[in-house]
Amino acid sequence: MEKKRVLAIESSCDETAAAVVVDGREILSNVISSQIDLHTLYGGVVPEIASRKHLERINQVIQEALDQAKLTLQDIDLIGVTYGPGLVGALLVGVAEAKAISYASGIPLVGVHHIEGHICANYLQYPQLKPPFACLVVSGGHTHLVLVKDYGEYEILGHTRDDAAGEAFDKVARAIGLGYPGGPKIDKTAREGDPDAIHFPRAKIAGNAYDFSFSGLKSAVLNYLNGCSMRGESISVPDVAASFQKAVTDVLVEHAMAAVEEYGFTRLAIAGGVASNSALRTAMEEACSKKGVEFYRPAPILCTDNAAMIGSAAYYDYYVRGLRSDFTLNAVPNLRLGER
Amino acid sequence: MTIIALDSSGTVATVAIARDGRLLAEYTVDNGMTHSQTMLPMLDAITKQLNLKMEEVDAVAVADGPGSFTGLRIGCATAKGIGLAIGKPVIAVPTLEALACNVYGTQELVCPMMNARREQIYTALYAFTQEKGEVRSQLENGEYALEVLEDQTAEDVREWCHVINSYARPTVLLGDGADDFRSILEEELQVPYRFAPLHQNRQRAGALAMIAMQYYKQGKIQDAAQVRPVYLRKSQAEREREARLAESGTEGRSFCPAP
Repeated sequence: MEKKRVLAIESSCDETAAAVVVDGREILSNVISSQIDLHTLYGGVVPEIASRKHLERINQVIQEALDQAKLTLQDIDLIGVTYGPGLVGALLVGVAEAKAISYASGIPLVGVHHIEGHICANYLQYPQLKPPFACLVVSGGHTHLVLVKDYGEYEILGHTRDDAAGEAFDKVARAIGLGYPGGPKIDKTAREGDPDAIHFPRAKIAGNAYDFSFSGLKSAVLNYLNGCSMRGESISVPDVAASFQKAVTDVLVEHAMAAVEEYGFTRLAIAGGVASNSALRTAMEEACSKKGVEFYRPAPILCTDNAAMIGSAAYYDYYVRGLRSDFTLNAVPNLRLGER
Repeated sequence: MTIIALDSSGTVATVAIARDGRLLAEYTVDNGMTHSQTMLPMLDAITKQLNLKMEEVDAVAVADGPGSFTGLRIGCATAKGIGLAIGKPVIAVPTLEALACNVYGTQELVCPMMNARREQIYTALYAFTQEKGEVRSQLENGEYALEVLEDQTAEDVREWCHVINSYARPTVLLGDGADDFRSILEEELQVPYRFAPLHQNRQRAGALAMIAMQYYKQGKIQDAAQVRPVYLRKSQAEREREARLAESGTEGRSFCPAP
């Protein structure tokens, strides 16, 4: 089969992104315009501001992706766009733009699931990687332990019952005065702290050993901070950051290893924004190597929200699974993995 | 010269294709469904009926605001996407100017109104005039120019009635705001007025195409990448932040709300 070039667009949260990917594996360009500085003023992503900013940047970002790939639209075989899950107003910008380009150029279109994109980031990092494998998806909005049975075929082993892992990072970072975005700030501060200084609880979920809960952990951190303040004790921000981070990574690693054991996986991948957390990468790597499991971790640029991963997923959706989208494609903010 | 015109600023989705002096197709639907699902299929349908080739299109016109924030973004993103794909400019027309053109040539003042929620309307006041003078938006189609008496604004309905009254001239009212606030208007207006009939009282892409042709001739076009809606309102988070900053008297201090 001739090489297929996919133009991909992603606007589900606060990154406006476009990329060109060949055959789901090779990145020709991966342009990300982050709005993070804007949202930092508000302590988190403001949906209306995110939507406005996407619309201001989207044409430039797409053009840049084509230019960096040294291609024009005439060279593109398929357009892929994230249509969920995410912020509805933000998603709509990418969806409307992608549909309009498809309408005016005649290039076929496929809507892509954002989490599938995160999983597919592994195909870009490891061109030889093929399903089946287990994948832990951890980001600001999602925490899923997934069995990737085949391209686009998933079994969700566990997911969070309340906060996503990344959400807990943001909330705790705010509480200890590190601000937004919490993940990178806690990661950095934790390097100067003692991860065993404070023992925060590791939640066990009744009913499904692979489900997660992070709201209890977040409350435990807040209670600890309140307690210190009531007793007039000063807190060590690096110790709190390191101890909290260890509590999160312990749970993620423990769940992943339990699944590896029960299902006999030989390969484990991680994906999503929290997958660039250095403590998680190190802990998971060690745990995998002890069990003789191959560990896959995309580079941080592919863990953050980006369009290259959407380009990879779009390739498999369209050329392998035969999925198509027409001009009625809409944003679906609560789209679940495996749903269309 | 051929243009595509689209407007998803309000409750209707409306698309048109016009060439020189002719409206080749117009498709307007008011079915309460999201414009994201309806508008582009509508445009695709008329494109196919006309067997229109994209090479024939010279520009894309869009109503760029005010209106529903999401609706404006769907319309603008669609125009920007088409513009990017075919390398042609976008003609961004104020929503209320296009709406006013539904009653082109009337001797009355024209007051389009869109329900802006929070007890407000997006509105403006126009006159079609043959006199020379302070004419900010030239509409030299035949003998009339569209004179902007009051620029687009978000305004309380009762307050706005005082503005209309101050002109002391017969006025035609149109748009969903005129319907939704009918009783207040009937109570407050002290000038002769009428409500536009059904074929004129909502956004029509045909009218948008007509005024967009004039904009094009006047060189009022934009690169698709530069197009951004005219929201007339900041986001709630921005308004609240500004209020906090004004209250505390500090500028640029970052605010960390309690978790």
